[in-house]
Amino acid sequence: MKVSDIKNILDANVLTCNNIDKCISYAFGSDLMSDVLAYINEETVLLTGLNNPQVIRTAEMVDVSVIVFVRGKQPTKEIIKLAEENDITILATDHIMFTACGLLYSNGLRGLDEQ
Amino acid sequence: MINIPIKSDTYIINANDFSVAGKVSSDIKKDLKKLGIHPKIIRRTAIVCYESEINIIIHSIGGKIVFELYEDRIVINSEDRGPGISDIELAMKEGYSTATNEVRELGFGAGMGLPNMNRWADEFRIESSSKGTLIKMTIFL
Ligand SMILES: Nc1ncnc2c1ncn2[C@@H]1O[C@H](COP(=O)(O)OP(=O)(O)O)[C@@H](O)[C@H]1O
Ligand SMILES: [Mg+2]
Repeated sequence: MKVSDIKNILDANVLTCNNIDKCISYAFGSDLMSDVLAYINEETVLLTGLNNPQVIRTAEMVDVSVIVFVRGKQPTKEIIKLAEENDITILATDHIMFTACGLLYSNGLRGLDEQ
Repeated sequence: MINIPIKSDTYIINANDFSVAGKVSSDIKKDLKKLGIHPKIIRRTAIVCYESEINIIIHSIGGKIVFELYEDRIVINSEDRGPGISDIELAMKEGYSTATNEVRELGFGAGMGLPNMNRWADEFRIESSSKGTLIKMTIFL
């Protein structure tokens, strides 16, 4: 699905926008950055409730270019700046992690363990 | 001349300096991109480098990362000045962590750093004493 579909499905705001037409097949939801570093190995959208610059750094390391902040978390200016520098698209949704993942799954996104 | 690095850079890393955590790994990653290294190799290098960078910041009193690119491999050396790891076997276990709550709030301290380095590097060597910890990770091109 496209990033623009993710935005619509999650009723999300786009906070930095570089690749809204990008196609994504997998999603990973976690607040543990080391788990992200352990598992992500494909173009993946990262959903997280963690709200700090390490999220962007972590995404940068594993080539994740789309991040969804869940539970209405509003990233700081510093986070947004870092994301822009690294061409990372940030979405923010009011849905909690479980709901956000469920909505994306029922619309066709898959987990990294289902490859 | 396989034993002379094509490129070698040293980065000093200060303890407890969360504001720049990841900057060194980000710089190394950007350099490797410019050099046209395969994206999968870059990603693995970035991950092991990032985990070691974070560990120096959160667990040590300061240290450095030495990056070396050879014709056939990348070597990341992580060196710090202590306090060292008394039980390496325990520290290598997935989930083992002595990280503080402050570190956990950053999303680290899940005890997956050393296992991640071991997982993504082709070769992983660790030595530690109260004087410091030395980790050498090799990724073949
Ligand atoms: N450079 C280091 N200096 C001292 N102790 C370390 C160092 N690196 C790791 N450790 C110890 O090993 C444990 C496991 O490290 P790691 O797997 O990276 O997990 P985490 O960093 O999430 O705690 C740490 O909690 C710490 O006790
Ligand atoms: Mg660690």
